[in-house]
Amino acid sequence: MVSLQSYLIVSAIMFMIGAVGVVTRRNVIIVFMSIELMLNSVNLTLVAFSAYFGDITGQILVFFVMALAAAEAAVGLAIIIALFRRKQTINLDQINIMKW
Amino acid sequence: MTLEIILFYILAFGGIITAIMVVTRRNPIVSALYLIANFFCLAGLYLTLHAQFIAIIQIFVYAGAIMVLFVFVIMLLNLGDIQRLKGRLSLKKIIAAGISFAVLMEVLYIIRMQTGSLTIDLAKAGSIGTVEAIGRALFTQFLFPFEVTSLLLIAAIVGAILLAKKKLD
Repeated sequence: MVSLQSYLIVSAIMFMIGAVGVVTRRNVIIVFMSIELMLNSVNLTLVAFSAYFGDITGQILVFFVMALAAAEAAVGLAIIIALFRRKQTINLDQINIMKW
Repeated sequence: MTLEIILFYILAFGGIITAIMVVTRRNPIVSALYLIANFFCLAGLYLTLHAQFIAIIQIFVYAGAIMVLFVFVIMLLNLGDIQRLKGRLSLKKIIAAGISFAVLMEVLYIIRMQTGSLTIDLAKAGSIGTVEAIGRALFTQFLFPFEVTSLLLIAAIVGAILLAKKKLD
């Protein structure tokens, strides 16, 4: 029987890999993929706790997170396309118009 | 070592290694393919937790719909010989990775302290992950959030079309 702890550890490691990707990579698309990675690792935590408590609420929450991720990906990628059309780059260091 | 534990370790290591590949590869297409592999590993982990519905939705929605969107955008941007986003190891990155590693250690410590010996009783989790159980909960107890989700999706569709239009006026 696999313990709850092992699922949480896998999830924490994957979340942190995603966080490192968000802060170190400069390609907008890869930053976006890292965010998806983080959302997924949180989903794993929710499903693990749902199985541990024998309660369905965690899995319902995962369902909503997935709907949210789909909406977020659609809008975010549209923003990337609009940005690329305007600045001809997807390098985050060059998209600094709102940065002080 | 039962089959269950071996399967868990294979999927867990697969998930972690593909996650590392996603953030370290230079080429976005390669990253996207590793991300798809990562989603499949996660779907397998959901299956080991008896969450069949979530596992299949993971493959349909994430590996199917969202990743197609990503690959499509990479194709649309047509970066040619991928603009060289220099992957040099700057001090900033090392510090960021160091802080992230420290936070990871902290989280692992908390997990170890709080959930040391808890095991998942799959007999209890047996039937909650089926389509029937999730559908029943979704259309009774969680009906209102479900309807609000449709509003969110319509807002996202309108927003995406508006933002990706040629002329933003």
